[in-house]
Amino acid sequence: MITDRINGALRAIPAWPLYIIALIAPAWIFYAGVTGQLGVEPIKAMEHRIGELGLQVLIATLAITPLRRFAKINAIKFRRALGLIGFFYIALHLLVWLLLDVRILSQIVGDILKRPYITIGMAGFLLLVPLAITSNNWSIRKLGPRWRSLHKLFYAAIVLGGVHFLWQAKGFQIEPVAYLGVILALLAVRLIPRKKPAAKIRVRPNRESV
Amino acid sequence: QDMPDFTLNGYDTTEEANTFEEISSYNNFYEFGTDKGDPARYAEALTTDPWSVEIDGLVERPGSYDLADILAKVDIDERIYRFRCVEAWSMVIPWNGFELNQLLSLAGVQPSAKYVRFETLFRPEEMRGQRLPLLDWPYVEGLRLDEAMHPLTIMATGVYGKDLPNQNGAPLRLVVPWKYGFKSIKSVVKVTLTDEQPINTWKATNFREYGFYSNVNPEVSHPRWSQASERRIGGGIFASRIATLKFNGYESLVGDLYAGMDLSENY
Repeated sequence: MITDRINGALRAIPAWPLYIIALIAPAWIFYAGVTGQLGVEPIKAMEHRIGELGLQVLIATLAITPLRRFAKINAIKFRRALGLIGFFYIALHLLVWLLLDVRILSQIVGDILKRPYITIGMAGFLLLVPLAITSNNWSIRKLGPRWRSLHKLFYAAIVLGGVHFLWQAKGFQIEPVAYLGVILALLAVRLIPRKKPAAKIRVRPNRESV
Repeated sequence: QDMPDFTLNGYDTTEEANTFEEISSYNNFYEFGTDKGDPARYAEALTTDPWSVEIDGLVERPGSYDLADILAKVDIDERIYRFRCVEAWSMVIPWNGFELNQLLSLAGVQPSAKYVRFETLFRPEEMRGQRLPLLDWPYVEGLRLDEAMHPLTIMATGVYGKDLPNQNGAPLRLVVPWKYGFKSIKSVVKVTLTDEQPINTWKATNFREYGFYSNVNPEVSHPRWSQASERRIGGGIFASRIATLKFNGYESLVGDLYAGMDLSENY
Protein backbone atom coordinates (compact mmCIF):
# COMPACT_ATOMS: atom_id res chain seq x y z
CA MET A 1 0.00 0.00 0.00
CA ILE A 2 1.19 3.47 -0.88
CA THR A 3 -0.16 4.90 2.40
CA ASP A 4 1.90 2.37 4.35
CA ARG A 5 4.99 3.48 2.53
CA ILE A 6 4.21 7.15 3.17
CA ASN A 7 3.53 6.45 6.83
CA GLY A 8 6.73 4.48 7.08
CA ALA A 9 8.69 7.37 5.60
CA LEU A 10 6.96 9.89 7.89
CA ARG A 11 7.83 7.74 10.92
CA ALA A 12 11.47 7.80 9.90
CA ILE A 13 11.63 11.61 9.65
CA PRO A 14 12.01 13.51 12.93
CA ALA A 15 9.97 16.71 13.46
CA TRP A 16 12.69 18.89 14.97
CA PRO A 17 14.48 19.79 11.70
CA LEU A 18 11.30 21.59 10.61
CA TYR A 19 12.05 24.35 13.12
CA ILE A 20 15.41 24.98 11.47
CA ILE A 21 14.13 24.70 7.90
CA ALA A 22 11.37 27.17 8.82
CA LEU A 23 13.95 29.90 9.36
CA ILE A 24 15.07 29.81 5.75
CA ALA A 25 11.96 31.42 4.25
CA PRO A 26 11.85 34.55 6.45
CA ALA A 27 15.63 34.93 6.26
CA TRP A 28 15.47 34.80 2.48
CA ILE A 29 12.50 37.18 2.32
CA PHE A 30 14.32 39.69 4.51
CA TYR A 31 17.54 39.34 2.53
CA ALA A 32 15.67 39.69 -0.76
CA GLY A 33 13.87 42.78 0.54
CA VAL A 34 17.09 44.49 1.61
CA THR A 35 18.91 43.66 -1.62
CA GLY A 36 16.12 44.86 -3.88
CA GLN A 37 15.02 41.48 -5.18
CA LEU A 38 11.44 42.01 -4.07
CA GLY A 39 10.87 44.93 -6.41
CA VAL A 40 10.52 48.62 -5.71
CA GLU A 41 8.09 48.28 -2.78
CA PRO A 42 9.85 45.65 -0.63
CA ILE A 43 7.97 46.31 2.61
CA LYS A 44 4.59 45.39 1.15
CA ALA A 45 6.14 42.42 -0.63
CA MET A 46 7.70 41.15 2.62
CA GLU A 47 4.50 41.75 4.54
CA HIS A 48 2.38 39.89 2.00
CA ARG A 49 4.76 36.99 1.42
CA ILE A 50 5.33 36.16 5.05
CA GLY A 51 1.63 36.54 5.83
CA GLU A 52 0.59 34.27 2.99
CA LEU A 53 3.25 31.76 3.96
CA GLY A 54 1.95 31.78 7.53
CA LEU A 55 -1.57 31.11 6.34
CA GLN A 56 -0.33 28.25 4.14
CA VAL A 57 1.48 26.59 7.03
CA LEU A 58 -1.55 27.00 9.29
CA ILE A 59 -3.75 25.43 6.61
CA ALA A 60 -1.31 22.51 6.46
CA THR A 61 -1.65 22.22 10.24
CA LEU A 62 -5.41 22.11 9.87
CA ALA A 63 -5.10 19.39 7.22
CA ILE A 64 -3.23 16.92 9.48
CA THR A 65 -6.27 15.44 11.21
CA PRO A 66 -8.47 14.99 8.09
CA LEU A 67 -5.42 13.56 6.32
CA ARG A 68 -5.16 10.82 8.91
CA ARG A 69 -8.85 10.17 9.03
CA PHE A 70 -9.70 10.15 5.33
CA ALA A 71 -6.40 9.33 3.62
CA LYS A 72 -4.93 7.22 6.44
CA ILE A 73 -1.75 9.27 6.34
CA ASN A 74 -0.41 9.88 9.81
CA ALA A 75 1.56 13.13 10.11
CA ILE A 76 0.36 13.96 13.62
CA LYS A 77 3.89 14.23 14.96
CA PHE A 78 4.54 17.25 12.70
CA ARG A 79 1.40 19.10 13.77
CA ARG A 80 2.92 20.97 16.71
CA ALA A 81 5.92 22.08 14.67
CA LEU A 82 3.68 23.27 11.81
CA GLY A 83 1.38 25.15 14.17
CA LEU A 84 4.29 26.89 15.87
CA ILE A 85 5.98 27.73 12.59
CA GLY A 86 2.72 29.14 11.21
CA PHE A 87 2.36 31.26 14.34
CA PHE A 88 5.97 32.42 13.99
CA TYR A 89 5.36 33.54 10.39
CA ILE A 90 2.16 35.36 11.33
CA ALA A 91 4.03 37.08 14.19
CA LEU A 92 6.69 38.21 11.68
CA HIS A 93 3.94 39.43 9.33
CA LEU A 94 2.60 41.54 12.19
CA LEU A 95 6.09 42.82 13.04
CA VAL A 96 6.74 43.90 9.44
CA TRP A 97 3.46 45.76 9.48
CA LEU A 98 4.20 47.41 12.86
CA LEU A 99 7.90 48.18 12.53
CA LEU A 100 8.51 48.64 8.81
CA ASP A 101 5.18 49.51 7.26
CA VAL A 102 3.10 51.80 9.47
CA ARG A 103 5.42 52.75 12.39
CA ILE A 104 3.13 55.56 13.52
CA LEU A 105 1.62 54.43 16.83
CA SER A 106 -1.58 56.47 16.58
CA GLN A 107 -2.19 55.11 13.10
CA ILE A 108 -1.48 51.53 14.22
CA VAL A 109 -4.02 51.80 17.03
CA GLY A 110 -6.51 53.51 14.72
CA ASP A 111 -6.10 50.82 12.07
CA ILE A 112 -6.56 47.97 14.55
CA LEU A 113 -9.69 49.53 16.03
CA LYS A 114 -11.31 50.97 12.92
CA ARG A 115 -10.31 48.84 9.94
CA PRO A 116 -12.34 45.62 10.11
CA TYR A 117 -9.88 43.52 8.12
CA ILE A 118 -7.04 44.59 10.41
CA THR A 119 -9.20 44.08 13.50
CA ILE A 120 -9.99 40.58 12.30
CA GLY A 121 -6.38 39.76 11.50
CA MET A 122 -5.29 41.04 14.90
CA ALA A 123 -8.00 38.99 16.65
CA GLY A 124 -6.86 35.88 14.78
CA PHE A 125 -3.28 36.49 15.88
CA LEU A 126 -4.28 37.03 19.52
CA LEU A 127 -6.23 33.76 19.50
CA LEU A 128 -3.07 31.98 18.37
CA VAL A 129 -0.97 33.34 21.25
CA PRO A 130 -2.31 31.05 24.03
CA LEU A 131 -2.15 28.11 21.63
CA ALA A 132 1.51 28.77 20.87
CA ILE A 133 2.30 29.18 24.57
CA THR A 134 0.65 25.84 25.42
CA SER A 135 2.12 23.88 22.53
CA ASN A 136 4.43 21.80 24.73
CA ASN A 137 4.20 18.52 26.64
CA TRP A 138 4.20 20.17 30.05
CA SER A 139 1.08 22.26 29.19
CA ILE A 140 -0.70 19.23 27.76
CA ARG A 141 -0.14 17.35 31.03
CA LYS A 142 -0.97 20.32 33.17
CA LEU A 143 -4.17 21.29 31.35
CA GLY A 144 -5.46 17.77 30.79
CA PRO A 145 -8.77 17.70 28.90
CA ARG A 146 -8.92 21.49 28.93
CA TRP A 147 -5.98 21.54 26.51
CA ARG A 148 -8.13 20.04 23.75
CA SER A 149 -10.92 22.56 24.34
CA LEU A 150 -8.43 25.43 24.36
CA HIS A 151 -6.87 24.32 21.10
CA LYS A 152 -10.27 24.35 19.38
CA LEU A 153 -9.62 28.12 19.23
CA PHE A 154 -7.42 27.31 16.28
CA TYR A 155 -10.53 26.80 14.16
CA ALA A 156 -11.72 30.34 14.89
CA ALA A 157 -8.23 31.79 14.42
CA ILE A 158 -7.70 30.30 10.99
CA VAL A 159 -11.13 31.39 9.76
CA LEU A 160 -10.28 34.93 10.89
CA GLY A 161 -6.98 34.62 9.02
CA GLY A 162 -8.75 33.55 5.85
CA VAL A 163 -11.28 36.38 6.12
CA HIS A 164 -8.46 38.86 6.78
CA PHE A 165 -6.74 37.75 3.57
CA LEU A 166 -9.97 37.95 1.56
CA TRP A 167 -11.01 41.31 2.96
CA GLN A 168 -7.77 43.12 2.13
CA ALA A 169 -8.06 42.26 -1.57
CA LYS A 170 -9.39 44.81 -4.02
CA GLY A 171 -12.01 43.69 -6.53
CA PHE A 172 -12.82 40.02 -7.02
CA GLN A 173 -9.64 37.97 -6.63
CA ILE A 174 -9.59 34.19 -6.85
CA GLU A 175 -6.66 33.38 -4.56
CA PRO A 176 -8.06 34.56 -1.20
CA VAL A 177 -11.44 33.02 -2.06
CA ALA A 178 -9.69 29.70 -2.69
CA TYR A 179 -7.80 29.91 0.62
CA LEU A 180 -10.95 30.56 2.60
CA GLY A 181 -12.71 27.79 0.68
CA VAL A 182 -9.99 25.27 1.62
CA ILE A 183 -10.12 26.38 5.27
CA LEU A 184 -13.89 25.98 5.44
CA ALA A 185 -13.71 22.61 3.68
CA LEU A 186 -11.09 21.34 6.16
CA LEU A 187 -13.35 22.44 9.00
CA ALA A 188 -16.50 21.02 7.42
CA VAL A 189 -15.06 17.50 7.05
CA ARG A 190 -14.56 17.45 10.82
CA LEU A 191 -18.34 17.50 11.17
CA ILE A 192 -18.69 14.11 9.46
CA PRO A 193 -19.61 11.73 12.30
CA ARG A 194 -17.17 8.93 13.17
CA LYS A 195 -18.17 5.29 13.41
CA LYS A 196 -16.31 4.32 16.55
CA PRO A 197 -18.12 2.39 19.34
CA ALA A 198 -16.69 -1.06 18.49
CA ALA A 199 -13.09 0.13 18.57
CA LYS A 200 -13.54 2.06 21.80
CA ILE A 201 -14.63 -0.97 23.85
CA ARG A 202 -11.61 -2.93 22.83
CA VAL A 203 -9.15 -0.09 23.56
CA ARG A 204 -10.27 0.69 27.12
CA PRO A 205 -9.21 -2.45 29.05
CA ASN A 206 -6.03 -2.53 27.03
CA ARG A 207 -5.03 0.96 28.20
CA GLU A 208 -5.72 0.14 31.84
CA SER A 209 -3.58 -2.94 31.71
CA VAL A 210 -0.52 -0.93 30.61
CA GLN B 1 -2.17 73.18 6.07
CA ASP B 2 1.61 72.88 5.94
CA MET B 3 3.20 71.62 2.76
CA PRO B 4 6.39 69.78 3.68
CA ASP B 5 8.86 68.88 0.94
CA PHE B 6 6.63 70.25 -1.73
CA THR B 7 7.02 73.36 -3.80
CA LEU B 8 5.43 74.06 -7.12
CA ASN B 9 7.48 75.43 -9.96
CA GLY B 10 4.70 76.21 -12.38
CA TYR B 11 2.96 72.84 -12.29
CA ASP B 12 6.03 70.73 -11.59
CA THR B 13 7.12 69.42 -8.23
CA THR B 14 10.78 69.90 -7.40
CA GLU B 15 10.89 66.61 -5.51
CA GLU B 16 13.20 63.91 -6.74
CA ALA B 17 11.51 61.82 -9.42
CA ASN B 18 11.24 58.05 -9.21
CA THR B 19 13.40 56.06 -11.59
CA PHE B 20 12.10 54.74 -14.90
CA GLU B 21 12.56 51.26 -13.46
CA GLU B 22 10.38 52.05 -10.46
CA ILE B 23 7.70 53.73 -12.55
CA SER B 24 7.52 50.86 -15.02
CA SER B 25 7.75 47.89 -12.64
CA TYR B 26 5.19 48.64 -9.92
CA ASN B 27 1.80 49.11 -11.49
CA ASN B 28 -1.87 48.62 -10.93
CA PHE B 29 -3.38 47.72 -14.28
CA TYR B 30 -5.83 44.92 -13.55
CA GLU B 31 -6.31 44.38 -17.28
CA PHE B 32 -3.05 42.42 -16.99
CA GLY B 33 -3.52 40.92 -13.52
CA THR B 34 -3.77 42.03 -9.91
CA ASP B 35 -0.15 41.57 -8.85
CA LYS B 36 1.92 44.77 -9.01
CA GLY B 37 4.38 42.97 -11.28
CA ASP B 38 1.75 41.52 -13.63
CA PRO B 39 1.47 44.60 -15.89
CA ALA B 40 5.24 44.69 -16.49
CA ARG B 41 5.18 40.92 -17.02
CA TYR B 42 2.30 40.70 -19.46
CA ALA B 43 1.60 44.09 -21.04
CA GLU B 44 4.04 43.46 -23.86
CA ALA B 45 1.23 41.52 -25.55
CA LEU B 46 -0.69 44.75 -26.10
CA THR B 47 -0.67 46.23 -29.62
CA THR B 48 -0.62 50.02 -29.36
CA ASP B 49 -0.14 50.87 -33.02
CA PRO B 50 -2.44 51.62 -34.78
CA TRP B 51 -4.45 53.42 -32.10
CA SER B 52 -7.42 55.68 -32.34
CA VAL B 53 -9.70 57.40 -29.90
CA GLU B 54 -13.44 57.54 -30.41
CA ILE B 55 -14.77 60.90 -29.26
CA ASP B 56 -18.53 61.12 -29.07
CA GLY B 57 -21.49 62.42 -27.12
CA LEU B 58 -21.98 66.15 -26.71
CA VAL B 59 -19.26 67.27 -29.12
CA GLU B 60 -19.29 69.29 -32.36
CA ARG B 61 -17.10 66.87 -34.30
CA PRO B 62 -17.68 63.30 -33.11
CA GLY B 63 -15.67 60.53 -34.69
CA SER B 64 -12.66 58.30 -34.56
CA TYR B 65 -9.47 60.27 -34.07
CA ASP B 66 -6.25 58.62 -35.10
CA LEU B 67 -3.61 59.00 -32.39
CA ALA B 68 -0.98 60.19 -34.88
CA ASP B 69 -3.36 62.94 -36.07
CA ILE B 70 -4.07 63.97 -32.48
CA LEU B 71 -0.36 64.15 -31.63
CA ALA B 72 0.28 66.35 -34.67
CA LYS B 73 -2.15 68.95 -33.33
CA VAL B 74 -1.30 69.17 -29.63
CA ASP B 75 1.64 70.53 -27.63
CA ILE B 76 3.61 67.81 -25.85
CA ASP B 77 5.07 69.04 -22.62
CA GLU B 78 6.95 67.56 -19.65
CA ARG B 79 5.11 67.53 -16.33
CA ILE B 80 6.75 66.29 -13.13
CA TYR B 81 3.78 65.26 -11.05
CA ARG B 82 3.18 63.60 -7.73
CA PHE B 83 1.18 60.40 -8.07
CA ARG B 84 -0.73 59.03 -5.08
CA CYS B 85 -2.39 55.63 -5.23
CA VAL B 86 -5.50 54.93 -3.16
CA GLU B 87 -3.49 52.05 -1.64
CA ALA B 88 -1.31 54.64 0.16
CA TRP B 89 1.85 54.51 -1.92
CA SER B 90 3.15 57.30 -4.08
CA MET B 91 5.68 58.24 -6.74
CA VAL B 92 6.97 61.33 -8.52
CA ILE B 93 6.69 60.85 -12.26
CA PRO B 94 8.05 62.96 -15.12
CA TRP B 95 5.27 62.53 -17.64
CA ASN B 96 5.26 63.68 -21.23
CA GLY B 97 1.86 64.60 -22.51
CA PHE B 98 -0.60 67.31 -23.48
CA GLU B 99 -3.42 69.02 -21.70
CA LEU B 100 -6.71 67.18 -22.01
CA ASN B 101 -8.42 70.47 -22.86
CA GLN B 102 -6.51 70.43 -26.18
CA LEU B 103 -8.01 67.07 -27.10
CA LEU B 104 -11.46 68.25 -26.10
CA SER B 105 -11.04 71.38 -28.24
CA LEU B 106 -10.23 69.21 -31.26
CA ALA B 107 -13.66 67.63 -30.95
CA GLY B 108 -15.41 70.82 -29.81
CA VAL B 109 -17.30 70.58 -26.53
CA GLN B 110 -21.01 71.46 -26.73
CA PRO B 111 -22.27 73.90 -24.08
CA SER B 112 -24.60 71.29 -22.58
CA ALA B 113 -21.73 68.92 -21.71
CA LYS B 114 -21.02 68.63 -17.96
CA TYR B 115 -18.87 65.52 -17.64
CA VAL B 116 -16.29 63.53 -19.55
CA ARG B 117 -16.42 59.74 -19.58
CA PHE B 118 -13.35 57.67 -20.51
CA GLU B 119 -13.06 54.04 -21.47
CA THR B 120 -10.05 51.69 -21.61
CA LEU B 121 -9.48 49.29 -24.48
CA PHE B 122 -11.26 45.94 -24.10
CA ARG B 123 -9.16 43.29 -25.82
CA PRO B 124 -9.00 40.13 -23.69
CA GLU B 125 -6.87 38.27 -26.24
CA GLU B 126 -4.06 40.74 -25.46
CA MET B 127 -5.09 41.83 -21.97
CA ARG B 128 -5.12 38.59 -20.02
CA GLY B 129 -6.65 40.06 -16.84
CA GLN B 130 -9.79 40.86 -18.82
CA ARG B 131 -10.44 37.12 -19.20
CA LEU B 132 -11.24 37.07 -15.48
CA PRO B 133 -14.17 38.86 -13.84
CA LEU B 134 -11.87 40.98 -11.64
CA LEU B 135 -13.79 44.10 -12.58
CA ASP B 136 -16.71 44.89 -14.86
CA TRP B 137 -14.75 45.42 -18.09
CA PRO B 138 -14.09 47.70 -19.85
CA TYR B 139 -12.65 50.05 -17.24
CA VAL B 140 -14.49 53.36 -17.07
CA GLU B 141 -13.53 56.65 -15.47
CA GLY B 142 -14.97 60.13 -15.46
CA LEU B 143 -14.29 63.76 -14.64
CA ARG B 144 -16.43 66.82 -14.21
CA LEU B 145 -15.90 69.12 -17.21
CA ASP B 146 -14.10 71.80 -15.16
CA GLU B 147 -11.71 69.14 -13.82
CA ALA B 148 -11.13 67.88 -17.34
CA MET B 149 -10.43 71.40 -18.66
CA HIS B 150 -8.00 72.22 -15.84
CA PRO B 151 -4.44 72.73 -17.13
CA LEU B 152 -3.07 70.22 -14.60
CA THR B 153 -5.10 67.45 -16.25
CA ILE B 154 -3.10 65.83 -19.01
CA MET B 155 -3.19 62.94 -21.44
CA ALA B 156 0.21 61.30 -21.02
CA THR B 157 2.06 59.71 -23.91
CA GLY B 158 5.43 59.10 -22.29
CA VAL B 159 7.69 59.13 -19.24
CA TYR B 160 11.27 60.37 -19.13
CA GLY B 161 10.95 61.38 -22.78
CA LYS B 162 10.36 57.78 -23.84
CA ASP B 163 7.15 56.28 -25.17
CA LEU B 164 4.83 55.27 -22.37
CA PRO B 165 5.55 51.66 -21.37
CA ASN B 166 2.53 49.45 -22.04
CA GLN B 167 2.21 48.68 -18.32
CA ASN B 168 1.76 52.41 -17.65
CA GLY B 169 -1.19 52.68 -20.03
CA ALA B 170 0.29 53.08 -23.49
CA PRO B 171 -0.16 54.73 -25.82
CA LEU B 172 -2.41 57.32 -24.19
CA ARG B 173 -3.60 57.69 -20.61
CA LEU B 174 -5.18 60.27 -18.39
CA VAL B 175 -3.20 61.83 -15.53
CA VAL B 176 -5.05 63.80 -12.84
CA PRO B 177 -2.40 64.41 -10.17
CA TRP B 178 -4.68 65.62 -7.36
CA LYS B 179 -6.84 62.49 -7.47
CA TYR B 180 -6.09 58.90 -6.48
CA GLY B 181 -4.29 57.01 -9.20
CA PHE B 182 -7.23 54.87 -10.28
CA LYS B 183 -8.87 57.99 -11.74
CA SER B 184 -5.97 58.27 -14.20
CA ILE B 185 -7.40 55.75 -16.63
CA LYS B 186 -4.99 53.92 -18.93
CA SER B 187 -4.94 52.95 -22.62
CA VAL B 188 -7.89 55.18 -23.45
CA VAL B 189 -9.92 54.36 -26.58
CA LYS B 190 -13.11 56.28 -25.96
CA VAL B 191 -13.95 59.75 -24.68
CA THR B 192 -17.60 60.72 -24.29
CA LEU B 193 -18.92 64.16 -23.39
CA THR B 194 -22.13 63.83 -21.42
CA ASP B 195 -24.50 65.74 -19.15
CA GLU B 196 -24.73 62.90 -16.63
CA GLN B 197 -22.13 61.91 -14.06
CA PRO B 198 -20.42 58.78 -15.42
CA ILE B 199 -20.31 55.68 -13.21
CA ASN B 200 -16.63 54.88 -12.81
CA THR B 201 -15.56 51.24 -12.49
CA TRP B 202 -14.30 51.30 -8.92
CA LYS B 203 -17.35 53.16 -7.71
CA ALA B 204 -19.55 50.58 -9.44
CA THR B 205 -17.50 47.80 -7.79
CA ASN B 206 -17.70 49.25 -4.29
CA PHE B 207 -19.40 52.61 -3.85
CA ARG B 208 -18.67 52.69 -0.11
CA GLU B 209 -14.95 52.64 -0.75
CA TYR B 210 -14.56 54.51 -4.02
CA GLY B 211 -16.40 57.61 -5.07
CA PHE B 212 -16.62 59.67 -8.23
CA TYR B 213 -14.37 62.51 -7.07
CA SER B 214 -11.63 60.50 -5.34
CA ASN B 215 -9.59 63.56 -4.53
CA VAL B 216 -6.51 62.77 -2.46
CA ASN B 217 -7.49 63.70 1.08
CA PRO B 218 -5.70 62.69 4.29
CA GLU B 219 -8.76 63.70 6.33
CA VAL B 220 -11.11 61.26 4.62
CA SER B 221 -10.20 57.63 5.31
CA HIS B 222 -10.76 54.78 2.96
CA PRO B 223 -13.12 52.47 4.90
CA ARG B 224 -10.39 49.84 5.10
CA TRP B 225 -7.32 51.97 5.74
CA SER B 226 -6.18 55.42 6.71
CA GLN B 227 -5.20 57.89 4.00
CA ALA B 228 -3.23 60.10 6.39
CA SER B 229 0.19 58.92 5.23
CA GLU B 230 1.80 57.25 2.26
CA ARG B 231 4.95 55.38 1.39
CA ARG B 232 7.08 56.85 -1.37
CA ILE B 233 8.18 54.05 -3.65
CA GLY B 234 11.95 53.59 -3.85
CA GLY B 235 12.80 54.31 -0.23
CA GLY B 236 13.77 50.72 0.50
CA ILE B 237 12.79 48.87 3.63
CA PHE B 238 13.89 51.41 6.21
CA ALA B 239 12.23 54.55 4.84
CA SER B 240 9.38 56.05 6.85
CA ARG B 241 6.00 57.02 5.55
CA ILE B 242 5.42 60.64 4.56
CA ALA B 243 2.37 62.75 5.28
CA THR B 244 -0.32 62.77 2.61
CA LEU B 245 -1.28 66.24 1.43
CA LYS B 246 -4.77 67.43 0.65
CA PHE B 247 -5.39 67.31 -3.10
CA ASN B 248 -1.99 65.60 -3.17
CA GLY B 249 -0.32 68.99 -2.66
CA TYR B 250 -2.18 70.77 -5.49
CA GLU B 251 -4.71 72.50 -3.24
CA SER B 252 -3.64 76.00 -4.29
CA LEU B 253 -4.28 75.07 -7.92
CA VAL B 254 -7.48 73.04 -7.69
CA GLY B 255 -9.00 73.74 -4.26
CA ASP B 256 -11.52 76.27 -5.59
CA LEU B 257 -13.01 73.68 -7.98
CA TYR B 258 -14.58 72.19 -4.85
CA ALA B 259 -15.51 75.36 -2.96
CA GLY B 260 -18.56 74.74 -0.77
CA MET B 261 -18.55 70.98 -1.35
CA ASP B 262 -18.50 68.55 1.55
CA LEU B 263 -15.47 66.46 0.65
CA SER B 264 -16.32 63.64 3.03
CA GLU B 265 -19.71 63.30 1.32
CA ASN B 266 -18.22 63.70 -2.16
CA TYR B 267 -15.32 61.31 -1.63
